[in-house]
Amino acid sequence: MSTVLSIQDLSVALPPGADRSHALRHLNLDLRANEILCVVGESGSGKSMSAGAILGLLPERVRAESGRIEFDGRNLLELAPAELRAIRGARIGMIFQEPMTALNPLRTIGDQIGEMFRAHTRLSRREIEQRVLALLADVHIPDPPAAARAYPHQLSGGQRQRAMIAMALALEPGVLIADEPTTALDVTTQAQILKLIRELQERRGTAVLFITHDFGVVAEIADRVAVMQHGVLVEHGAAAQILHAPRHPYTRALIAAVPPLTPPPERAVSAAAALRVEGVSKTYRSGGLFTGRRVVHAVRETTLELPQGGTLGIVGESGSGKSTLARCIVRLLEPDGGAIRLGDIDLAGLRGRALREHSRHIQMVFQDPYGSLNPRKRVGDLVAQGPIVHGVPRREALRRARELFELVGLDPEATGRFPHEFSGGQRQRIGLARALALQPRVLVADEPVSALDVSVQAQVLALLADLRTRLGLSLLFITHDLRVAAQICDRIAVMKNGQVVEHGPAAQVFADPQHPYTRDLLAAVPGRHWNPPGEALAERSVVRDAA
Amino acid sequence: MQFIRDYLRNPAAAIGLLLLAAVLALAATAGLLFPDDPLGLAGRPLQWPFANAAFWLGTDHSGRDIAAQIFHGARVSLVIGFVATLIAILIGIVVGALSGYYGGVVDDVLMRITEAFQILPNFLLLLVLVAVFGSELNTIIVAIGVVSWPPAARLTRAEFLSLRNREFVQAGRTLGLGDLRLIFGEILPNALPPVVVYASVIMAVAILLESALAFLNLSDPNVPSWGNLIGGGRSVLRDQWYVSAIPGVAILLTVLAVSLVGQGLNDALNPRLRNR
Repeated sequence: MSTVLSIQDLSVALPPGADRSHALRHLNLDLRANEILCVVGESGSGKSMSAGAILGLLPERVRAESGRIEFDGRNLLELAPAELRAIRGARIGMIFQEPMTALNPLRTIGDQIGEMFRAHTRLSRREIEQRVLALLADVHIPDPPAAARAYPHQLSGGQRQRAMIAMALALEPGVLIADEPTTALDVTTQAQILKLIRELQERRGTAVLFITHDFGVVAEIADRVAVMQHGVLVEHGAAAQILHAPRHPYTRALIAAVPPLTPPPERAVSAAAALRVEGVSKTYRSGGLFTGRRVVHAVRETTLELPQGGTLGIVGESGSGKSTLARCIVRLLEPDGGAIRLGDIDLAGLRGRALREHSRHIQMVFQDPYGSLNPRKRVGDLVAQGPIVHGVPRREALRRARELFELVGLDPEATGRFPHEFSGGQRQRIGLARALALQPRVLVADEPVSALDVSVQAQVLALLADLRTRLGLSLLFITHDLRVAAQICDRIAVMKNGQVVEHGPAAQVFADPQHPYTRDLLAAVPGRHWNPPGEALAERSVVRDAA
Repeated sequence: MQFIRDYLRNPAAAIGLLLLAAVLALAATAGLLFPDDPLGLAGRPLQWPFANAAFWLGTDHSGRDIAAQIFHGARVSLVIGFVATLIAILIGIVVGALSGYYGGVVDDVLMRITEAFQILPNFLLLLVLVAVFGSELNTIIVAIGVVSWPPAARLTRAEFLSLRNREFVQAGRTLGLGDLRLIFGEILPNALPPVVVYASVIMAVAILLESALAFLNLSDPNVPSWGNLIGGGRSVLRDQWYVSAIPGVAILLTVLAVSLVGQGLNDALNPRLRNR
C-alpha cells in the first residue's frame, strides 16, 4: 500500500515555561492509503499535537521546530497559509471531538456542509444542494432534507457528529483526521459512528488518522496502531500485534489498565441494606407564561437497595437520570416524592439543620477533578472543612486531614498546597479524602474516574475498592462505562429514561442480560471481542487483588 | 511574586501605580510640609505660580496657598475615593450575592430595587441626597457610596449565578455547610477578582462626583478639597485660569492612576490575557 502522508523526524517545541520543552520529539509516522491508523496515548502524550501540526493548526506560541510532513510531494510545514487552506478540507478532512462546538450554532447544517463546496469548488447552487443531500444520506442521517434545514442544536449528538463527518468527507479527501471523534458520545452512538467511519473509509479507500485514548475503540477500528507517550512514539505496528503481543512496557501497562468486561468472581455481600431508595421521582419543568411548558421526568418512581458493604453500580447513557438520582440521594436536589432510608431515618423528609446533621452519613465524590475543589483553599482545609462544620476543633480536624491524606495515598505534608498543584488523579484522591472526613456510611460516587487517564483510573478504582473493605463503606457508583462497572460493582442497576430497566448481581447482568436495552449497551462496548493478552491480564489481576 | 511580576510587565499599569504612589505621598506629607490650616489666609490673593517663592503654586482668589490645598486636598480625595468605594462595594456584594445565590423571589425583589437606583442618573440622585441630608463631608461620602453600588451588585450577581452550581459548591453543600458559609466562604472568594477590578472604576467616579458637587458649591466648604478649589476659581477662570487648572490636573492624574491600576489588576488577574 502506498504512503499518502508521511511525518518525518517531526519535533514540536512548546513555549518556555511549559511542563516540558517539546510536545513531540523526532516523530516518524507513515499513513497509508486505505487504512485506519490509530494514534493512542494518555493526556499530554502529544497525540492531538501531531494532528494539529499536519493541518498547521498548532496552538498559539507552539511551533514545529524541525522535520517534515510529506503530503503529495510537498512539505506541509513550509506551505504558505493560502496553500495550506487549499489543502485543508479539500485534501485532508478533519473531525473534532465535540460536534456541538465545532459546528456554528447560527447556521443550518446544510449551509455549513455547502460551505465546503462554495469554498473549494465552482459548483452551482442547485448542484451543491444535491451534493449535500447525498452526503447526508451517505452518513445515514434519517430524513436528509430535514437535517439539512436543521440548526445544530436541533440534532442529537450522534446526528451532529454524522453531519461533521459528512462535512469532512464532502470533497472526498484522501486523508481524514479524526481527533477523539466519539469521546463525547454515548456508547451506543459511539458504536454506530465507528461503524460509519469504517464503512465510509472502506468504500472510498480513505486513509484515516484516528486519535483516541481508548484501547477498546482501537480494538474496534484500527488497522495499525501507534502508541505515544510524552511526545515520543514508543511502539507502532499492526493492530493485531499491538493488541495481542505488545512489546513496549508502556503499551503493556496501558493495555493492562483497560478493565476487562467480565466481572471478577462474586464477593459475599451482606443481605442487610445500608440505603434504601423507595419510589423516588424527580421532574423538571421549564418554560413560563408565554413559552410552551416542557416537562422532563428525569427520575420516575425508582426503587433501589444498596447492600451493606457492597457496591451498587448505576449505569446508563446520558439523560438516563442516573446523575439526577445520585443528587437526589445526597439531597443536592429535592426529590418530588419517595423515601431515602438510611437505617431507620427517611432523609427525603428532613429539612434544614436536621438534614445537615444526618446527611453527613452519605457523602459524595464528584466527577470533575478540576471543578470539584475550591481553587482558593488549601487542600488540607478542604478536607478539614466538613468535620469543622460539624463541631470538631480545627486543630483536630487538620490532624485528621493529614491521616486521611495518608489513607488515600497522598503525602500528608501536601495539605498546605492549593488544588492546582496536583494532577487529576491526585485531585480525585483529595475529593475522596474530603468525603471520607465525615466518616460516612454510604459513599455516592458520580463518574469518579471518567475524567481520568486509564492508568490513573485503575489506581483510583483499586483505592475505592480497598477503602470499601477497610472502612466498611457501602458504595453507590454511577458510571456510563460498563468496563469500569464490571470491575467494581457487586450489583448493577441499568437505567434508561429515568427508570431502572434491569437490576441484579453484576456477574448475572453481564453474563445473561435480560432487558433488550442492557443487551444493546453491552453489544455497543467498543472492543468487547478483544481479550487483552494473558501477560497483561496477569498484571491486571494484581490491581484487582489489591482491590 | 508571580502576580507582582505579571502586573509590572504591563507598562501602563506600572505608571498607574507610580502616579497613585505620588498622590499617596502628597497626602502623607501634607501635614509636614504645610502644617498650617490650608484654608487660612496666607498672602495676597491671585498670585501666579512661581511668582512668589513662598507660594510656588500661587494663591487663589481669597489669598489661600494653592500648594497647601493641593496637598491637603489629596487626603480628602483619597478618603472620599476609598470610603465611598468601600460602601458601594459592600452594599453591592451583599445585594449581588444574596440575589445570585438564592435566585427566585429574593432575586426579583433585590434586582427591582437595584434597577430603581439605576434608572436615575447617579449625579441627580446624589444632588437629591445632598439637598436632603446636608453637605457635610461624611454625608457626602455616604451619599456617593449609596449611588454607586448597583453595577457592583449586578457584577457580583452574575459571578454568583455562574459559580453557584459548580461542583465545589455542591461538595460544600454535601458536607453540611450552611448558606452563609457557602456564600462567603466558598463562592465569594472566587467571585471577587472582577469586583475588585471594578472597584477602581467606582473609586475614580467617586472622586469625580465629589468634584462635580464642589464645582456647584454643594460640597463641604470647610474641607480643602480639589473640587472646592476648582469651584472657587470659577469666577476668575478667564484671567487667573491656573486656580482651577492646577486642581483639575491633580484630579485628572489621580483618576487616571486609579483607572490604570484597575486595568492592570484586571490583566494580571485574567490568566487568558497573560501571554498576549
